Amino acid sequence: MNTPRQRPMVREVVLALFVFLCAEMAFAHPQKGEAVGFLTGFRHPLSGLDHVLAMVAVGLWGAQLGSPAIWVLPVAFPMVMAVGGMLGLMGVPLPWTEYGIALSAILLGAAVMFEVRPRLGIAAALVGFFAIFHGHAHGTELPPGQSALLYSMGFVIATGCLHALGIGIGTVHRWVWGQKLLRIAGALVAVGGTLFMWKAVA
Amino acid sequence: MKDAIQSRLPFYSFFAFTFVMCAIPAEAHLNSTGMGPFYDGFAHFILSPEDIIPVIALALLAGLRGANYGRRTLFVLPTAWLLGGLFGVMRSTSSNNAVLSAAWFLLLGGLLAADAKLSLRVTTALAAFLGVYHGYLNGEGMGQSANTAVALLGLVFVVFLLVALAAAFVVRLRKQWARIAVRVAGSWIAASGLLMLGWAVRAR
Repeated sequence: MNTPRQRPMVREVVLALFVFLCAEMAFAHPQKGEAVGFLTGFRHPLSGLDHVLAMVAVGLWGAQLGSPAIWVLPVAFPMVMAVGGMLGLMGVPLPWTEYGIALSAILLGAAVMFEVRPRLGIAAALVGFFAIFHGHAHGTELPPGQSALLYSMGFVIATGCLHALGIGIGTVHRWVWGQKLLRIAGALVAVGGTLFMWKAVA
Repeated sequence: MKDAIQSRLPFYSFFAFTFVMCAIPAEAHLNSTGMGPFYDGFAHFILSPEDIIPVIALALLAGLRGANYGRRTLFVLPTAWLLGGLFGVMRSTSSNNAVLSAAWFLLLGGLLAADAKLSLRVTTALAAFLGVYHGYLNGEGMGQSANTAVALLGLVFVVFLLVALAAAFVVRLRKQWARIAVRVAGSWIAASGLLMLGWAVRAR
């Protein structure tokens, strides 16, 4: 009997099977850093914890600030990050990139920890400013590959998913215990950023 | 019943999205599907994300503005695509410009993200330019053969189908968060366009 409990399982199995069948061809040697397609681009923002911390913090802060910041910040970040990525790809130098990335995690984490509520323009400008460092770091690391389009889309979508993860966690803000939990999460992000700053300075 | 249909939509969307993203890189010449030239043209479009994404962006933009805009785009874009394609078939030399392709992503994605209140005339002009440009590129990539016109018809048919589905999907959206999600998709398209621009400049 096809019960409502069984149906979602069938869907997931079909989807998993489909994704496995779409697997990329295996090569004898790893192709480090090559922009081979969507999945490579998707994996790239997830490859560095410093990037992940800052991007999740953008979502957390947006959820804490509420509408319209909840969607303005996650829209501003990928757009400005792409500008930074473009500059990196074009070979335009940007000083103190590693410091900028670490500082972004510290300040965004602190903003969540202290529930800072600036005006929307200031919050968007702050997020956009740090997004340039993140985008530039990614842009300079990438040698040209087969499909710039699929790589770029994977890269941007992964960033958006990290923001969505932050927003998803941030939905606990409606409860009192959730507000405390978010502030702790912000503190953890700030501590992580401090460690990366320590590594960058050392 | 209605809830059951709505709940499946994200699943089918993800399934279709994964299918499109797993597409093999498009090649200049028409590949044979074994189902005839009409479906060769159909497959040519489906396997070309650089063609699909601007069409989706324009259809979503038209859908956000309302049914009238969607209807206009539905007929202008495929017609312009067909005309551009026929012109391209006559020339039959490859002149794909990565910077221009990136510019289309940037323009349409940016307009969609900003929820730009374009007039019907401007939207029609955008559809005409996009159709002629991409149709021309498709036409010149297909090469001259007896079946090229039929393949072009298959390609134009799938453009029509995609615009109809995407625009109609957005026209019926009433909830604020759903319309914002469409705009977020626009920002992702624009951001991808910026990165593509970087790749194009770097490759020179």
